Amino acid sequence: MATAAITAERETYLNQEYGIKSWLLTVDHKRIALLYLLSITFFFFIGGFFALLIRLELLTPAGDLVQADTYNKLFTMHGQVMVFFFLIPSIPAVLGNFLVPLMIGAKDLAFPRINLLSWYLYIIAGVLMLHCMLTGGVDTGWTFYTPFSTAFSNTKVIEAGLAIFISGFSSILTGLNFVVTIHRMRAPGMTWNRLPLFIWAHYATSIIQLLGTPVIAVTLVLVVLERALHLGIFDPTRGGDPLLFQHLFWFYSHPAVYIMILPSMGVVTEIVPCFSRKRIFGYKFVALSSISIAVFGFLVWAHHMFVAGISLYAALIFSALSYLVAVPSAVKVFNWTATMYKGSITFSTPMLYAFGFIGLFLMGGLTGLFLAALGIDVHVTDTYFVVAHFHYIMVGGAVMGYLGGMHFWWPKISGRMYPESLGRLAAVIVFLGFNLTFFPQFILGYLGMPRRYWQYPPEFQVLNVLSTAGSTILAVGYLLPMVYFLWSMRYGKIAPDNPWGASGLEWMTSSPPPTFNFDHPPVVDWEAYDYENIPAPQEARSGG
Amino acid sequence: MYDTFPLWPARASTTAGSVDALFIFLVILSAMVSVAIFAAIVLFAVRYRRRRGVTAEPIEGSTALEITWSVIPLGIFIVIFLWGAVIYFKERTPPRGATEVYVVAKQWMWKLQHEEGQREINELHVPVGRDVKMILTSQDVIHSFYVPAFRIKQDVLPGRYTTAWFRPTKAGIYHLFCAEYCGSQHSGMIGQVVVLESAQYEAWLSGGAASGSMASSGESIFQQLGCSTCHRSDTQGRGPNLAGLFGKPVQLEDGRVLTADENYIRESILTPGAKIVSGFKPIMPVFQGLVSEEQLNALVAYVKSLNPSSSGAAGSPAAVPSGAKPQETKVQ
Amino acid sequence: MADSPTAVEHHNPALKHHFVDMEQQREASSLGMWLFLATEIMFFGGMFCAYLIYRYWYFPDFAAASSSLDITLGTVNTAVLICSSLTVVMAVRAAQLGKRQQQVVYLALTLVLGLAFLGVKAIEWTSKFEEHHVPGPTFNFQGSIPGHPDQPVDQHHAQLFFSLYFAMTGMHALHMIIGVGIFAYLLYHAWKGAYTPEYHTPLENSGLYWHFVDIVWIYLFPLLYLIDRKK
Repeated sequence: MATAAITAERETYLNQEYGIKSWLLTVDHKRIALLYLLSITFFFFIGGFFALLIRLELLTPAGDLVQADTYNKLFTMHGQVMVFFFLIPSIPAVLGNFLVPLMIGAKDLAFPRINLLSWYLYIIAGVLMLHCMLTGGVDTGWTFYTPFSTAFSNTKVIEAGLAIFISGFSSILTGLNFVVTIHRMRAPGMTWNRLPLFIWAHYATSIIQLLGTPVIAVTLVLVVLERALHLGIFDPTRGGDPLLFQHLFWFYSHPAVYIMILPSMGVVTEIVPCFSRKRIFGYKFVALSSISIAVFGFLVWAHHMFVAGISLYAALIFSALSYLVAVPSAVKVFNWTATMYKGSITFSTPMLYAFGFIGLFLMGGLTGLFLAALGIDVHVTDTYFVVAHFHYIMVGGAVMGYLGGMHFWWPKISGRMYPESLGRLAAVIVFLGFNLTFFPQFILGYLGMPRRYWQYPPEFQVLNVLSTAGSTILAVGYLLPMVYFLWSMRYGKIAPDNPWGASGLEWMTSSPPPTFNFDHPPVVDWEAYDYENIPAPQEARSGG
Repeated sequence: MYDTFPLWPARASTTAGSVDALFIFLVILSAMVSVAIFAAIVLFAVRYRRRRGVTAEPIEGSTALEITWSVIPLGIFIVIFLWGAVIYFKERTPPRGATEVYVVAKQWMWKLQHEEGQREINELHVPVGRDVKMILTSQDVIHSFYVPAFRIKQDVLPGRYTTAWFRPTKAGIYHLFCAEYCGSQHSGMIGQVVVLESAQYEAWLSGGAASGSMASSGESIFQQLGCSTCHRSDTQGRGPNLAGLFGKPVQLEDGRVLTADENYIRESILTPGAKIVSGFKPIMPVFQGLVSEEQLNALVAYVKSLNPSSSGAAGSPAAVPSGAKPQETKVQ
Repeated sequence: MADSPTAVEHHNPALKHHFVDMEQQREASSLGMWLFLATEIMFFGGMFCAYLIYRYWYFPDFAAASSSLDITLGTVNTAVLICSSLTVVMAVRAAQLGKRQQQVVYLALTLVLGLAFLGVKAIEWTSKFEEHHVPGPTFNFQGSIPGHPDQPVDQHHAQLFFSLYFAMTGMHALHMIIGVGIFAYLLYHAWKGAYTPEYHTPLENSGLYWHFVDIVWIYLFPLLYLIDRKK
């Protein structure tokens, strides 16, 4: 593949056109990916800021940093921002948008203008959310349970609900684009069985986005109508049922967690083979496991409602199904580990994030087994045990996968190398900070500390202090990449086409790629992850 | 009362032991699996680190291995599921003859009333070794009644009853938390469960309110609201005879057959048109908005007391010392 | 690499740059529309789910509320929509046959029928407003359970029926309005000759959308209007 001379200004998607209009009206999937990168990073830091305030308040048992109402808004908005404005879009909208066409050998996604529309919907939703937060906020919890959200809360529920409703369309359109692209725009020779598993993961994620998101959309519409017009659909004093809300809400929100984790798993499945120099162990099973997770993920929603007042028999069924969905996740962990067997392993930053992901996702997933056990769940549901469980998966899993992916593909996206030693340092800081923040919360949960508590009995303090200490370390770990990624855009080493010697069509074009991705449309006649035929990594060039 | 740095919650109910047993099993299992995977990863990372001249061995996979490590975990999961299900089944099946406590949750306090009539706010006194069944409802939003030491939790809903039960095994004072976010003072909606030895409990009980048992309050309300004009104790009434009704099947005019449980009694008072008993006309007035939650609870307790085998005996206050004899059994 | 069958297709002005040929573009657009319709099924599905549950629980009250809807107007609207789906199909066929004039006629008919539907809906909603059947502080449903003249309808349950009635028909009407907008756009471009036998994908996909909205109504009509009507 041609690599440009250092001095000649090669045309890439970054320099093909300059000016704010060329960015705001772009239909290039790569530029849209960067637009998303900026926006979700912004919301990540807002959500993170709320988290820091929460942890600061929880340093002491008394409620002494903020008022109770403020605290309730903090955890609500932390959850809403992190789930809807960071985690759900993150990997699909940034890495997925950038890489899906490249990985399958296409020039762009199937619907480039819809892709841009998707970003604008996200921005509109984000602006509405920001406005809501700045003019009073919302305090219902990200779960919006009725009748509190429809008939009792005095905060801006309607505005927050509408913001999330709009963001849902952004998600749906991204999923729609990916499914059509993967079905219809693969390069010649790129059969389903030769697709990178990152693509399989995004395909599965997109199915969930398409089928699940509309349900939360209509549920939020009903909540908004109920609150505005006092309808009674979820209000028992008017003949309605609050449990109906919970069923409708969790029907989306459970599959939503798979939207958040599957793409990360896809990232890890690209990183591990590359830095073990061998193909993924059990390609077909890993692909199948992604699809299985998407399908079974739709069948388990009421495991969030074991003590909510559902029938005993419903609880039994949902508990059993929840164990079923754990199997494909376990299979992935085993396959990643088996890939390392007899590999040739290096410890680059992406690989460190992959290790971190596997370890933390494993722990988060194992604690899911606790929660699916009915007898245990009665004790630990709605406590810090659940909070720890989902943060292990979403932060220890999804965010680490996201960061690992950002490091892995940064050379491709920006044409620059980030500083490797700082990268490794940040990965270790994140891992250590994360564990210190969230492991104590498992203990707190089993002890009985409920979630969403502004104040708590004094015997819980020591563990809370440990958790807060960890969160400050975690914050440092997250700030570092922000700083050095920006630094690298100016001062980083120029990246070659394939600094890691990785398999995949994206590495067969220049770093950064040209606007239409490939100088010549690729024709594929090799299997995925054929590391036995890929040469060792090139040296990155120095200079600026 | 509490350790400054506890790592394990107090164990004070019959359920707590079984829950802890499964939990410890899962902790050990998780530790073993984690250690195994971490060890494998570390081992491979060291043993197979990049070395000059050594290439990776291309391995496609192994269907046998995939099936093995799908089936074995599934088998283990089934065991965990069954174990958890058994515990849950027991937790959701209150034993017969349990003492009943009616709980009304509201933003942001717990109002409890014993069968015998004692009212408590944010505190629940119970004796060691006796089954206690709680019948819970909310006046406003969803709350959740959580006693970590008993390992029980049950969401409390507006507009219907939910139930939970426990049998305390150890005297002491244990946290009561609200575990479903309910607004401003959610974290302030806490209290305590005070488990007393039998004798102390009897003493506490007799020192309580002179208002009479819940069933007898219920009977007064039943008279005051005119229920007895139609619900007579013979077959001549315009409404069904309520004696022996509770817990039995009821045939409705649309053919359905239901069990007359607490929720059925409650609904029949608040929106009688929802379920008409076969053979009767839909003429019962609507009492929604005319009775408070506490009055509803008392009426439910009264209807229960009309069963011939109930501990309260038909229509009369329970045999437990109540306000009827305050002076003799006053607390020491 | 598949070669384009004709040089004409390769330079078809409607071919977007990122597609290889018209066939890929057409198939992608079609798959996109089908997937979008799947999301719409899930969207309406949530409301249908709520409706079915409450109808099961409060059947007599729902039956009473349902019988207060105007069955004649509902039937007329059903016929109008079915006819409009026919005119859509005829418009697509006209495009396949290269008949511009016919396309315009059938698209215009579709538009008229769509607007007629919305007009009838407006009449129905106005009468509901006048009868105080709109949920909210003015809600008042006078009536008794069908077959039981001595049993009044529960106001809360009747209000639930109407909440769902307005939510579901309102959401449907919103989709109709969007559809009318789309067909106005198509009408203009058809008149300008944009749709040929080689390229009429927007007509086909908009037709799919319109058929879907029609099908939603075909479910709404019996569920809402025809509960327990024994005449």
